[in-house]
Amino acid sequence: MSHGFLSPTGVEITFVLVGLVTLGAAVVSVTTRQLVHAALWLVVALGGLAVEYLLLTAEFIAWVQVLIYVGSVVVLLLFGLMLTRAPIGRSPDADSGNRGVALGVAVAAAVALVWVVVDAFRTTWIDLDGASAGTTEVTGASLFQHWVLPFEALSVLLLAALVGAIVLSRKRNADSGEGGER
Amino acid sequence: MTDALDVTLRLLAVLAAFLVLPLVVGQTEHKVMAHMQGRLGPMYAGGFHGWAQLVADGVKFVQKEDVVPAGADRRVFQLAPAVALLPYLLVLLVIPLGPGDAVGQAIDAGVFFALAVMGVGVLGSLMAGWASANKYSLLGGLRTAAQLLSYELPMLLAAASVAMAAGTVSLTGIAGAFQWWWLPWQLVGAVVFFVAGLAELQRPPFDMPVADSEIIFGAYTEYTGLRFAFFLLAEYAGIVVLCGLTTVLFLGGWHGPFGGDDLGWFWTLLKTAVLAFVVIWLRVTYPRLREDQLQKLSWTFLVPLALAQIALTGVVKVVIP
Repeated sequence: MSHGFLSPTGVEITFVLVGLVTLGAAVVSVTTRQLVHAALWLVVALGGLAVEYLLLTAEFIAWVQVLIYVGSVVVLLLFGLMLTRAPIGRSPDADSGNRGVALGVAVAAAVALVWVVVDAFRTTWIDLDGASAGTTEVTGASLFQHWVLPFEALSVLLLAALVGAIVLSRKRNADSGEGGER
Repeated sequence: MTDALDVTLRLLAVLAAFLVLPLVVGQTEHKVMAHMQGRLGPMYAGGFHGWAQLVADGVKFVQKEDVVPAGADRRVFQLAPAVALLPYLLVLLVIPLGPGDAVGQAIDAGVFFALAVMGVGVLGSLMAGWASANKYSLLGGLRTAAQLLSYELPMLLAAASVAMAAGTVSLTGIAGAFQWWWLPWQLVGAVVFFVAGLAELQRPPFDMPVADSEIIFGAYTEYTGLRFAFFLLAEYAGIVVLCGLTTVLFLGGWHGPFGGDDLGWFWTLLKTAVLAFVVIWLRVTYPRLREDQLQKLSWTFLVPLALAQIALTGVVKVVIP
């Protein structure tokens, strides 16, 4: 079977459309002036990404994406926003004045990522009719057979971040007065 | 063509279950609570023991005016009930009723799908709490978020334990691998899962986010009419989903003492119904936990128990291959 860009299948069209929605939601989430709306648009962007994984047959990764990012990270974000400041309507003071630099960094990162991904997977096609390459079993096997070292390195990194968070939160307690606990 | 028909029939069946089962749980709650408190409950609507009370309630909700507070964030406020309700419909799609293909849509990573989508439902409460422009609602939303963050972990760990025992993360696969001795083996995990699920649904005794004596009705304070009814429906649909999941993961799903696979649907429904009864029973029995007690229960009690269960599962799995 030959593949071409001129005769797209339904899955490919869906992939592009979902990608556009994801990109749009991501752009709105960094440009909107309403803080909580930004977090909610982030939900759309991360959910769109999960759908993209699903279309690429990476089912397990898709559900984990929803579980971790939509279900926990965004909830944590919203919790933090509501706990500090989350006015309804615009927050003009939320701009930091780094717009230009942020745009530069974002464009540079995007170009680098797109270039690397295009270069790495130039002629690779997923056979949608064959055995799925993204089931839990396949993902687990490749993770713990071929990628176990990066996996362990990442878990050590996460552990370090966890310990760091505990140290930071305890330090502030000790500074603020007679032993944090009251 | 037959494929399309098959899919349509399955979707319709799941939709019917989604529309009927929560109402059955709601009516049961009316009657069970009433009898536990020495009264009758609804008796007139529909004639026989007030069976149509919830239908009448529904008609009442439809007739009410749909009010959006002037200071509210209009779109988020109106979207929130749908975000709270729809995830439970999606989860109902993957809970198997019997062996083989007696399931709305079999999914390879069913446990992850169910837990991930259930977590999304909480976003609805958060959106409602923030968009209402009401300090009680905001407090309710905050408590909801804090509760979700602390109870999601033990719930996931308990589910991971039973997935380890079965060697698969597919719901059908887990229920299929069930043996009777899993009951004592996974007992701790089952209790942790059920309790954490109750907390995630904000059911009493974990109903701090909607504590009426402190913050009126939490995130749902400003809602009226049909949108308010959607939040209530989401709670009952959540009970059905949680009890169904607990049944499939820990109580063996369609396995029963007799009847074989033909009666599988009956055993699943019976176990789910008994668990739903326990949920209602707990509501009538236990007083509400205070916010700090609630957090403490999760972090100092449920999380260590769930970790111990995982260790036990691992040891048994290695000793008895």
